[in-house]
Amino acid sequence: MVMMSGADILLESLKRLGVDTIFGYPGGAVLPLYDRFPAHPEIHHVLVRHEQAAGHAADGYARASGRLGVALATSGPGATNLVTAITNAQMDSVPTLFITGNVIRALIGRDGFQEADITGITMPTVKHNYLVMQAQDIARTIAEAAYLATTGRKGAVHVDIPKDVFIEQAEFEWPEHVSVRGYRIPGKADAESVREAAAIINAAERPVIFAGHGIIQADAAEELRRFAERGGIPILNTLLGLGGIPQDHALSYGMMGMHGSYWANHTASAADVIIGLGMRMDDRAMGRFADMNPTAKIVHVDIDPAEHGKNLFTLCPVVGDVKQVLPQLTDAIEKRSHVEWIRWIDTLRSEHRHSMMVPPGNELTTQYAVSKIAEFAGREAIFTTGVGQHQMWAAQFMDISRPRQFITSGGLGTMGFEVPAAMGAQAACRDRQVWTICGDGGFQMTFQEIATMVDERLPVKMAIMNNGFLGMVRQWQELFHNDNYVSVAMSQPDFVKIAEAYGIRGIRVSDQSQVEDAIREAAADPGPVILDFQVTAEENVWPMVPSGAALKETIEGPQRVTR
Amino acid sequence: MSTNTHTVSALVEDHPGVLNRVSSLFRRRGFNIESLAVGTTEEPGISRMTIVVEGPPNIADQVQKQLDKLIDVVTVETLNEDESVVRELALIKVACRPDQRREILDVVDIFRGSVVDVSTTTVIIQLTAAADTLNALIENLRPYGIREMVRTGRIALARGPRTTATHQHETEEERRFHQEIGRLPEGELPFSSK
Repeated sequence: MVMMSGADILLESLKRLGVDTIFGYPGGAVLPLYDRFPAHPEIHHVLVRHEQAAGHAADGYARASGRLGVALATSGPGATNLVTAITNAQMDSVPTLFITGNVIRALIGRDGFQEADITGITMPTVKHNYLVMQAQDIARTIAEAAYLATTGRKGAVHVDIPKDVFIEQAEFEWPEHVSVRGYRIPGKADAESVREAAAIINAAERPVIFAGHGIIQADAAEELRRFAERGGIPILNTLLGLGGIPQDHALSYGMMGMHGSYWANHTASAADVIIGLGMRMDDRAMGRFADMNPTAKIVHVDIDPAEHGKNLFTLCPVVGDVKQVLPQLTDAIEKRSHVEWIRWIDTLRSEHRHSMMVPPGNELTTQYAVSKIAEFAGREAIFTTGVGQHQMWAAQFMDISRPRQFITSGGLGTMGFEVPAAMGAQAACRDRQVWTICGDGGFQMTFQEIATMVDERLPVKMAIMNNGFLGMVRQWQELFHNDNYVSVAMSQPDFVKIAEAYGIRGIRVSDQSQVEDAIREAAADPGPVILDFQVTAEENVWPMVPSGAALKETIEGPQRVTR
Repeated sequence: MSTNTHTVSALVEDHPGVLNRVSSLFRRRGFNIESLAVGTTEEPGISRMTIVVEGPPNIADQVQKQLDKLIDVVTVETLNEDESVVRELALIKVACRPDQRREILDVVDIFRGSVVDVSTTTVIIQLTAAADTLNALIENLRPYGIREMVRTGRIALARGPRTTATHQHETEEERRFHQEIGRLPEGELPFSSK
């Protein structure tokens, strides 16, 4: 047995887990840990400019690569700055490990300098958390934490370690086996529920699949395709499910929900059997629960049994990992093609295609800009977004056809997620082109990370959809608050000068004709680039299901509100 | 929808903060706790929480599943009250002049309660019973003047040989692992938070 400090035990444990990158920010309580980083060169520490960004970067890293993302902060304000990122990762079930220092043990509970009860604060927003009170517990805790974060329904796990525990000497003993008593990981579904689900699917005339983030998280895109093809079942995606099936696949009908297509929402409402796969029947995807589709039989496959029946009555709950359950279901269902049903949807799509088109004309719209970025960057690129109009247009108009291609804050809806998430994605996938589609509001929340990208040579292309408004809030004020614009018009700094200040390239795009050249130029630049797209100011996202309305009440336009 | 109460019984790991996790879950999800009782069990390191939840019939299922998601919750089940022994203990301090003692004792006898303290102006009555019986006794004592009262909240066990036990979900080997090396020894906090 080897005696080591708590700091060495922590870093050694992370190495055993295969962690090679940590996004962090130092401070008093984690000084003994930082002191030991040079002794563990296998772990690269990325010094961010704000702890929230460390958290989102770990999140983006995990979503892009499927590996555990790790963020580190000091006690007190460092730790509380992580809270948004922790909640964001947990809401979208992203495998992340958050480590914080805390004041020395003797000061805990005495309101010490930079003390925050961070385990108490994060308790409701994590999958699990730990306060480690002795160095000898660190290895097992880290092993357990990573095990919990990366298995079952993945999520955010937080480990809080007092400063003197980093210093305390203990034996390093890496646990050979991790098992947590109250924790079971669903795998295959039981035969009975597979039989039941197959019987319902086989009897369906108008079945539809709702494919969610679980397909991506479980790496089950191939299994989804086989299942859908055998059953002849059309697929709708939730926002986070985009990429689970290529958009040009014959059975792929795109995104459903508040800004989903008219045909997708009507398909969801007209189906007689709904097969939810790795998704949680969220209100933004379902519209008004009671009227989503009250007569459809719902088969719901999810790894988390608490999602069954939480929002909608589920006739046939199937507990299991979609990657394992889908082959079981594929074997159990009959081969079908549902010709009439698919023809009905295709007709609907061709009749309503107009409401999901890039607006014609030569104005520079966000729709145009994001569709061009997707076209030039291609399917191998990674796109992150912030939250709001640009996020919805990105979801609607970018060709998202590969798992882990599209990284966006779904559940929590965190503005400012885009830039640090892109930084994390780029750190995970150095050979891919990473574009972040930003709003001018969200960009200003976290763009301090450009400095980190410069330090780390992470050539993220930042495309700001600059309309001078908090666009989605403005849209709601226009549509639901009688044009009463309050605190939504925003003055902007000169984004090109911001780029210059950071020593990177900045490109202003104020005309549609400049878009392609600007994208090409940015892609060719070896470093990070800011593109300031000066887009039309008062554009609205259509189609739209107003908050609290049913999916079948999708409003298709006007394409442009004339004021 | 009719409102009802549901008795949920959970075996939890005896960790600091576990009560916080459970109560925080109930608050966050908007589940209404009528009572919550925690105590040790036959197994070291494992406590039993008996939680009475108020709400429509379908809420018990969500409560049970959400509780089960907590890592510190080992097993959880909703007890059917007809197939369980459900009890609650109450201590009731009643205003009582010496000349009223006989009368009050008669009432207490009917409910098979007992008098556990007497002063010249009060008595304390103890009763262990199902909630309805306790409520009936309290109503009968109210005219004398209830000075103060405490109830433990419901505790319950399934009738017959059936048990809610940790071993239902684990093999003998897993059990040994969990009991011997699988759990973290707890560090001492300067102020005990348990």
